[in-house]
Amino acid sequence: MKNEMKKRWISLYVENQVGVLAKISGLFSGKNYNIHSLTVGTTEDPTISRMTIGVISNDEVFEQIKKQLNRCIEVIKVIDFTTIPTHMKEVLFVRVNKLDYRGKDELFHIANVFGARITDYSKDSALVESCQTESKNNDLIGLLRDTYKDIEVVRGGNVAIESIFMSDR
Amino acid sequence: MRGITGSKLLVKALKEENVEYIFGYPGGYATDIFDELYKQDHTQLILPRHEQGLIHAADGYARSTGKVGVCLVTSGPGATNLVTGISTANYDSVPLVCFTGQVPLHLMGNDAFQEVDIVGICRNICKYAVTVRNREDLGRIIKEAFYIASTGRPGPVLIDLPQNVMKEIGPSEYPDSVNIRSYKPNYSAHVGQLKKAIRMLEKAKRPLFMVGGGVHISGAEEAFGKLAATTGVPVVTTIMGKGVLDADDPQLVGCMGMHGCYAANKAVSECDLLFSIGTRFNDRITGKLYEFAPKAQIIHIDIDTASISRNVTVHVPIVADAKEAIDKLNEYVKPIECESWKERIAQWDKEYPLGMNVNNEITPQNILDGVNRNFDEGIIVTDVGQHQMWTTQFLKLSPRKKLLTSGGLGTMGFGLPAAIGAQFGNPDKPVICICGDGGFQMTEQELAVAVAWELPITICIMNNASLGMVRQMQKLFYGKRYSGTCLNMHKSCLGNCGACECPPYIPDFQKLAAAYDIPSVKVTSAAEIDEAFVKAKAETKRPFLIEFIIDKENLVLPMVRGGDALEDMILEC
Repeated sequence: MKNEMKKRWISLYVENQVGVLAKISGLFSGKNYNIHSLTVGTTEDPTISRMTIGVISNDEVFEQIKKQLNRCIEVIKVIDFTTIPTHMKEVLFVRVNKLDYRGKDELFHIANVFGARITDYSKDSALVESCQTESKNNDLIGLLRDTYKDIEVVRGGNVAIESIFMSDR
Repeated sequence: MRGITGSKLLVKALKEENVEYIFGYPGGYATDIFDELYKQDHTQLILPRHEQGLIHAADGYARSTGKVGVCLVTSGPGATNLVTGISTANYDSVPLVCFTGQVPLHLMGNDAFQEVDIVGICRNICKYAVTVRNREDLGRIIKEAFYIASTGRPGPVLIDLPQNVMKEIGPSEYPDSVNIRSYKPNYSAHVGQLKKAIRMLEKAKRPLFMVGGGVHISGAEEAFGKLAATTGVPVVTTIMGKGVLDADDPQLVGCMGMHGCYAANKAVSECDLLFSIGTRFNDRITGKLYEFAPKAQIIHIDIDTASISRNVTVHVPIVADAKEAIDKLNEYVKPIECESWKERIAQWDKEYPLGMNVNNEITPQNILDGVNRNFDEGIIVTDVGQHQMWTTQFLKLSPRKKLLTSGGLGTMGFGLPAAIGAQFGNPDKPVICICGDGGFQMTEQELAVAVAWELPITICIMNNASLGMVRQMQKLFYGKRYSGTCLNMHKSCLGNCGACECPPYIPDFQKLAAAYDIPSVKVTSAAEIDEAFVKAKAETKRPFLIEFIIDKENLVLPMVRGGDALEDMILEC
């Protein structure tokens, strides 16, 4: 299916300057592109930032997105991460409130199975920290939502880097 | 090594970049820079009467000379008044460098007096926008701005100059080279792709060249003329590409698109190979996308990767400068056999030639025939609206005649100031400005500049007392409900329209011209047209205004309704 809407990933090297994030995010809103997540941070070279951008689009629009990004003066390099092997992880915090004793017990089990950690804790609430692939985090949130009445979710968006030998996403 | 202020370095940069004119309007946070401009004489300051006029003038200067147009305004309102002009230049790929004053860095974000985030406002409508935050970066940023504006697909660049940076003493060097790691425009064409294109051209039965403004921008008119002559393939142009071939060239079919001629639009719809160069395939060109050139394989040469396969799927993309690509093509191409195809196009042209009923009454066509007769060289600048489309239909261009028009953004008010800029850049050529009565009133204050600088522009106003292009749509598609398009409308008209005589037109353009000390004439019949142009040509040190009174019922035809297929032209009504 050529024109299928699907999730795609771009890794973007940009100049680390004031306004570049606004330029990139403005490009997406201005051209009506559907941005799913965007993370940004500096690299080993402090003058360069690297963004990991998730978009939902069809092939045609995705081509356009890459071209439009490439023509921004501040963009140094655009890499399509959709199909190449990468490591991709997302930080997730879930605060679970109104916990009773059994619920707390169960939470530790869940965290254990999902490879997450409980990093803060009080009488009736706990904080789950997970650094996993996006889909694992989705599953974790789904389970916690089903299991507990009162949860608060903060997600960091994906960061990704090219694989050396193994792929994990 | 002694340092200099930022303002001094800016003025030094203007000299290094050989800027002959800077179009500037002063204000609080630009005063330091104006003070430095006062102390030098290599760059002439031109003071317009409004910043919109200023940037269109810089635009007209840049379009007509190929040099970078330079603007300087103050912060806040000075900067925001540039917005329309920046967007206009961005659409039509015009190289501009716009300097905007800004409040000192420590006040930015405080909602200080005349503070506005102009870089934020313009980010999406210019090629590049940047605030200078460190005095040491100023020279490099200005150098890069001129480079970015004028290379690749040209466009406007905005540099925001906080006052404290411009006052600060810093390095006096202006760099002589540029190296931007993230910006390396590609000019040369991929020879393999070119050869593939040529093979397709040779196989085609009904080939067609479609040429856009990119051919003018890259200065490839002559090279393209050679390409067309060698191959013998017929040529259609977009309105931005008009003038790429001599109007009398038999291979030129005409302009295509929304108000293109019948034969050109038919040719696009029927061709089996569309060889396009330097066009964006904008919606006014393509009409309904799925029915655009339905039988054709498409080849597209453009310097902007993002323009390729954006709207129309292209079979052979070639990212390159038009001139470099055409020069290369010229090394390989041979004559293409397509006589019967040319005959078919000629037949279409005979079926529905462009033309209006020419009688003794004055029509837009006989006004433009008058321009054709009376000027064998010059720069013709239009505003936006019906007169603009008539100009693209009836004006005959040649290598000595150039057309400047706001194509992409369609900016009313562009005409007069752009003509002023064009005359500054081409003091020895006649400049003819063709406006409607609506658009002219948007920037008519710039008449003062034309008078002050002794610019002998021939200003033609086609006065139909209405906003004709929208009125035409209302006439054809909105049941003749002329909402907001009558420029004659007075309070007394409410409820009386059609029942009483129309009130006098405001303003009286003759009196307006007189107020600016501009000679003028009102033309109401076809017989007076030539005389008016002769009078206009006799003025060498001031503009001349000709007001043509035309009937508001004149329509621009053919017309493709927005969203319809190119073939579905309205030819008469």
